[in-house]
Amino acid sequence: MNPVISVSHLGKRYGRVVAVDDVSLEVFEGEIFGLIGPNGAGKTTTMECVQGNRVADKGKISVLGLDPRRDGNALRQRIGVQHQEAHLQKRIKVWEAVDLWRSLYTRVVDTDALLARLGLDAKRNAWFMTLSGGQKQRLFIALALIHEPEVVFLDELTTGLDPQARRAIWGLVTGIRDRGTTVFLTTHLMEEAERLCDRVAIIEHGRLIEVGTPDDLVQKYCPERTVVFTSDDANVTERMQGLGDVEHAAGSGGTYTVRGAGDDFVTEVISLIAREGIRVRGFRTEIPTLEDVFLKLTGHGIRD
Amino acid sequence: MQTRFLRGFWKLTWVEIKIFTREPMGFVGTLVMPVVVFLILGRAFAARPVAAEKLDIPFNPAILAAILIAISAVQSLVAIISIYREGGILKRLRATPLSPVTILGSHVVVKLAFTVASLALLLLAGRRVFPGVMQVNVISFTGAVLVSTLSILSLGFVIASLVPTARFAQPISAAIVYPMLALSGLFYPVDRLPRALKAIAYVLPTTHAVALLQGVWDGSGWEAHVVNVAALLVLFAAYTSLSTRVFRWE
Repeated sequence: MNPVISVSHLGKRYGRVVAVDDVSLEVFEGEIFGLIGPNGAGKTTTMECVQGNRVADKGKISVLGLDPRRDGNALRQRIGVQHQEAHLQKRIKVWEAVDLWRSLYTRVVDTDALLARLGLDAKRNAWFMTLSGGQKQRLFIALALIHEPEVVFLDELTTGLDPQARRAIWGLVTGIRDRGTTVFLTTHLMEEAERLCDRVAIIEHGRLIEVGTPDDLVQKYCPERTVVFTSDDANVTERMQGLGDVEHAAGSGGTYTVRGAGDDFVTEVISLIAREGIRVRGFRTEIPTLEDVFLKLTGHGIRD
Repeated sequence: MQTRFLRGFWKLTWVEIKIFTREPMGFVGTLVMPVVVFLILGRAFAARPVAAEKLDIPFNPAILAAILIAISAVQSLVAIISIYREGGILKRLRATPLSPVTILGSHVVVKLAFTVASLALLLLAGRRVFPGVMQVNVISFTGAVLVSTLSILSLGFVIASLVPTARFAQPISAAIVYPMLALSGLFYPVDRLPRALKAIAYVLPTTHAVALLQGVWDGSGWEAHVVNVAALLVLFAAYTSLSTRVFRWE
């Protein structure tokens, strides 16, 4: 696979504040790559340097074989961007924005079809200020896609949206990837990263901590599995002890939490329950998520 | 370079004109306010061609109205730029193939277009309300107003750079623009100002704008005001080059 974006030893500071510190990464053709981390971690700064909209202090960046600073004009024809918390003119109409953007690029898609695909065809004559949060974001996606870019940058695309609008946007983003466009996104929502991204890079305090697929990162850093079940039987704790850590939350019925490592752990618990004939009233497994990986790597939650 | 500048220029300008007319307060205020001021003051001063009468302070409501048109264009520009900056609109436009000069240049053209419209309204009102008084050469006067506005607008980009958030756009531009008006020679002759204030007055575009407009109004023609025109153009170049250095896009 070819890297369409390659960043090596990127550094950027604002006055005395180091925003990005020695970040190196590669994004491959046709993948959704997510830069994830808490607010202020350096995600946006990194992304804007890659787009050529911000000048880095250090490091080398190549996007589609171009230098974003030197070949900015050529690059802008080939990449699409959506900014965090962006706005358009309050009273610009949807079709006017689309029409203006159309006129700026040498190659453009069928915008009617694009607006229909994004569910905006009924909003053509609406002022930007009257659109809902989800509609605004869909318009920004439309503007980012109008010239059939090879790489699309999406910065905190779903921040501030309700869960329903968020899900709709996720569907659109996977659709962009499925049409062959590379997507580089940032998010502080781990669920979003897990659902969307083929690979993620975790960034904190301007430094890249880890890169990989969400599954691999979970396997690597949070191999433990947790089984929670409720049972009225006696001596459950003793019988489970051989498998791993057992916590018994006393109380009505007795809820047992059993933790252990490895892919086979859940199967082992189930077989033991069957073998011992333990009567179970409820049973669920807890699989670690990227959220847990982040906690493990940084020692704190992403929203702390 | 030229094609880069023109890419999207007229489309953006046209969109900005439409957007401006959709905001009734800003649109009507900019267009009509100077005319209203003119009509009220014109009545108060009986709208005689006082300048020609060699009064001690040759106050001319029409010149004031013309300067007000230019000033309201600047205040509107500063407000729009700071709102666009705060909302990330400038940043979003800049991430397109639009050249930075195109993005800002379109606003200048929009402001100049509305300056002409407002001035037309002013001259029409003047002809109807004070018949026989407004005998000015319309083309020449319009040209003088445009050159003045352009020069004052370039200062607007410098002012826009000083405005921290959109909330401060109005007070900050007022704090700069009204003293400029006071020193412009419209109310008090520049020659009689204290030396320090006189020095300041001469690096302000309003002062030269007033002198030029007064000259054109009196019929003395552009050739008598080469210095003022040159000053307006030099100040335009100076403010433009300063604003390319201090202008903030976000």
